[in-house]
Amino acid sequence: MTASVSIRNATKTFGDFTALDDVSLEIAAGEFIVLLGPSGCGKTTLLSLLGGFLSPTRGVIEINGRDMGSVAPSKRPTTTMFQDYALFPHMTLRDNVAFGLKMRKVGKAERHARAEELLEMVGLKASASKKPHELSGGQRQRVALARALAVEPDVLLLDEPLGALDLKLRRQMQDELKAIQKRVGTTFVHVTHDQEEAMAIADRIVVMNSGKIEDVGRPEEIYMRPKTVFSASFMGEVNFIPGTVDAKTDNGIHINTVLGAVKLPETALADPAISAGQKITLAIRPEHFRASTGAGPRIMLGAAKVEDGSFFGTHHRAHLSPADYPNMTITAHMPQSAMIEPGAWIDLTIDPSSVVILPGHATPARPQETVAS
Amino acid sequence: MISSRISKIASWAYLAVLYGFIFLPVAVLVLFSFQDGRLPVPPFNGATLKWYGEVFADSRLMSALGNSLMVAIGSSLVACVLGFCAAYGLARFVLPASRLQRGLLVAPMTVSYLIIALGLLSTFNWVGVSLSLWTVGIGHVVINLPLCFAIIYASMGDHQKNIERAARDLGAAEWQVMTQVSAPMLMPSILAAFFLSVTFSWDEFIIAFLLSRFDVTLPVEIWSMLRSGLNPKTNAVGSVVFLVSVALLLILELIVFRRTAKK
Repeated sequence: MTASVSIRNATKTFGDFTALDDVSLEIAAGEFIVLLGPSGCGKTTLLSLLGGFLSPTRGVIEINGRDMGSVAPSKRPTTTMFQDYALFPHMTLRDNVAFGLKMRKVGKAERHARAEELLEMVGLKASASKKPHELSGGQRQRVALARALAVEPDVLLLDEPLGALDLKLRRQMQDELKAIQKRVGTTFVHVTHDQEEAMAIADRIVVMNSGKIEDVGRPEEIYMRPKTVFSASFMGEVNFIPGTVDAKTDNGIHINTVLGAVKLPETALADPAISAGQKITLAIRPEHFRASTGAGPRIMLGAAKVEDGSFFGTHHRAHLSPADYPNMTITAHMPQSAMIEPGAWIDLTIDPSSVVILPGHATPARPQETVAS
Repeated sequence: MISSRISKIASWAYLAVLYGFIFLPVAVLVLFSFQDGRLPVPPFNGATLKWYGEVFADSRLMSALGNSLMVAIGSSLVACVLGFCAAYGLARFVLPASRLQRGLLVAPMTVSYLIIALGLLSTFNWVGVSLSLWTVGIGHVVINLPLCFAIIYASMGDHQKNIERAARDLGAAEWQVMTQVSAPMLMPSILAAFFLSVTFSWDEFIIAFLLSRFDVTLPVEIWSMLRSGLNPKTNAVGSVVFLVSVALLLILELIVFRRTAKK
């Protein structure tokens, strides 16, 4: 069972606080969507609107083309997997998973058979007669998934379900979630603040901030071609170089930056509407700095001094301070073989196709440090 | 050395005096219920079970005992159901003046049983309800409801709120959430409220005395026995009442607290 979801101009206010500000989003049937953003960005509010636990102040929510405006949570074709699992502590795993079917008046034998089928899918068939308190966190999480899927929802809503698990278990559960989603074909809407988790599981990521959608796209699009400064900084490490558009010409965009003038192709623009005279920010990922001697087109951003470096296995991570603008710290990933000596000078060289021109200037501090908790 | 020894002796002495103060009356009561003689006062003449035999042979005492059990269990059931519903409503929904409502529900705890009994007595007279075991039961619901509400309300946390939300999400109607999820989840505190309420009703005298007429509860029957003077039989029936109270507390301890500790 699966269905498309359409959110049009959804706004949710709590008194003076706007939790969700005119958000529109189309989700295709069978898609794995991840709502990504810092706490308070509105992602959980949006999920609650889909589940029917909150109703929008303005706007429309449709599932499978049907308006959900007056439909109670228990009548919606959605189920939710809660962060704290919310299993029924007094019931066996079998009864937990069968609960939704019991509410739908499915006979005992049939619902128990179905519950055991689902417990088998999540690898817990042998524990069907246990109670939730006998299980580990990861196992409870699997039961919560089986329980939510037992009623064959069109849309499964996942409210940071992996948040309470340790890192290793979390990576393993991400793979399982993804595999199960492919198998059942249900539309998944998953909320998280962990960008690695988002990249690992999502078909499409929706980056949210302050109640608005900042960016929507496949994980590689969001990472490589972010639309906003916030989106670029939330999806992993990035260097921001402030500048101004000098001129837009046929053979490229001319930009003045604190590290000198550069010319970039039109495709580097995050928004085609960016025009001459506008303040912009160049976003460069640490791994996009190149050796100055190499094939292909390159642009130079002057020399920089190595402040410090450490070896990460796959690369050296170095902090550099540019000669033209020593207050700025640039983080670069250098090849394993590079000799990174503090005090040494290297050239800042990049492939122009890996640079993105974002509208506006970044605030001095990074908008939000992501914490892998 | 000596001073620490003295303080040790003093603290043991204090303990002995304290427990003596609390339990000596009960010990005396129980001891003289075995008195082989006509008066439950020293000297102790030797042990006999004669008085217990008389208690169990006394049909009025036995029917009073049955009445007491009926009133205690019935009124406690009602108090628990009403207390649970009130707690669920106030803990789970935004209600007008909910703080005031909570206060009003708990307030009868601070009113003396005598005042509650007088109030009920004049109300029953005014409405035209004649006194019976039913009116005693209503009185006991009035005194035990605040207790049941307070105990059950205190155990309703936000964690359970999310579990109830999950039940609703899976298609449960409100009454199904209450009966199949909330009540079983809160069963330890509901049982605690029930057993405490049964103990209070079982021991209660003033309300039972003022609100009953022909059928009476055990404390009222004991009181009318006492009017004809002390004898070891009153001690024996008093010991039975005490024993039942202790048994109820033990059940509470074993079933309820053992169960919550395991979770």
